[in-house]
Amino acid sequence: PSTFMNTLSKNDGKLKLQFNHGTTTLAFKFQHGVIVAVDSRCTAGKYIDTQYFKKVIEINPYLLGTMSGSAADCVYWERVLAQHCRIYKLRNKEEITVSAASKLLSNMLAGYRGMGLSIGSMICGWDKKGPGLYYVDENGTRLSGNMFSTGSGHSYAYGVMDSGHRYDLTVPEAYDLAQRAIYHATHRDAYSGGTVNMYHVKQDGWIKVSQEDVGELYQKYLFKRK
Amino acid sequence: MAARYDRAITVFSPDGHLFQVEYAQEAVKKGSTAVGIRGKDIVVLGVEKKSVAKLQEERTVRKICALDEHVCMAFAGLTADARIVINRARVECQSHRLTVEDPVTVEYITRYIATLKQRYTQSNGRRPFGISALIVGFDYDGTPRLYQTDPSGTYHAWKSNAIGRSAKTVREFLEKNYTEEAIATDNDAIKLAIKALLEVVQSGGKNIELAVIRRSQPLKILESKEIETLVAEIEKEKEEEAEKKKQKKAT
Repeated sequence: PSTFMNTLSKNDGKLKLQFNHGTTTLAFKFQHGVIVAVDSRCTAGKYIDTQYFKKVIEINPYLLGTMSGSAADCVYWERVLAQHCRIYKLRNKEEITVSAASKLLSNMLAGYRGMGLSIGSMICGWDKKGPGLYYVDENGTRLSGNMFSTGSGHSYAYGVMDSGHRYDLTVPEAYDLAQRAIYHATHRDAYSGGTVNMYHVKQDGWIKVSQEDVGELYQKYLFKRK
Repeated sequence: MAARYDRAITVFSPDGHLFQVEYAQEAVKKGSTAVGIRGKDIVVLGVEKKSVAKLQEERTVRKICALDEHVCMAFAGLTADARIVINRARVECQSHRLTVEDPVTVEYITRYIATLKQRYTQSNGRRPFGISALIVGFDYDGTPRLYQTDPSGTYHAWKSNAIGRSAKTVREFLEKNYTEEAIATDNDAIKLAIKALLEVVQSGGKNIELAVIRRSQPLKILESKEIETLVAEIEKEKEEEAEKKKQKKAT
């Protein structure tokens, strides 16, 4: 057992278990808001820690943050972000904008640049400026865009998303596209899997659309074709 | 009793006063008058210009200052203190734009200035700022705002207000004359500000400095010619009013 555990940790036993988000997360904007979809597998090297990890943090009823990279870093810093957003709301009597929230996060992370943080996050929401989607990572990168995917399975997800995405998708089409993209990423990427958690950010807030097991999605998408 | 409690400014007096703050408010009352009016699509700031010495260049000392493109303030009290406050507010406006990617709301920058002033009523070795400020502007969503701060660090929103030497007289005039129809158009709001200042300023239009912000437009400081024109209009209206009253009495 101890030899097995040693393979999972860095620094020769000083850090016991490195939990990582081998992950696929994605988000895209379309005419009815923002769709956010993530997998839920959490790995430590080649060991699966859990298949049911929550990789979307619900900052407030209008804001969501996704997580990929180091589990500890993501969970901690996004909770700190949520704290700042709450304080902003109390002080200014209005909800924080998506651009401000993402800027707060990226400024926090920029202070720790070079110190080994690992966070790839998408901040999604709907504020007074309309639907907002920002990608923030540990280098201090902060990008606004219409479509992002992060994590070890992001390339698979981009392939599916790019071939199916249009601005004028209907809501059911958008749900199907997002779910399909994550599913295909989990199929090929060893570090992604578990369930697909999907959210839809509308003008009056986000709703959780579905949480479906990847095995069942296999039946739906690939198996039936054969 | 009072003499012992105004040395170290962090100390309360036995009857609950902060004397240094009250003395600062006295300093404000010595400053030249400033008036602010919140219209529907315009906000107006007017100040009483102190007469300058012969050799002094006129426009070096401005009592109305822009804090950002959509916010400006006028103050009454110690000019040097005001300069510091204005500088800090200007930096904060830009800092806010950087971190939040939105221009400040008038309430936010007022709160910042008020917090700054309050900090100086509660630190060692510092005295409060000897200024009251009138802060006007438009928020991102187009709402006009007018706020007033005082040396104690409190702030309130107003429809129209005056600070400085004859603030009381001006405020009473405004309470009588500020109605929805009095500020119906931009021009009316400007005229109301001039009328209010004329009550207390000696020698008319020459000693008035006026600035306006219209929605989505930057601060505009009116030239003396424009002020003279408006003053002349007001005089004419006054005469017409007086004529009407005379005729009424006669019939």
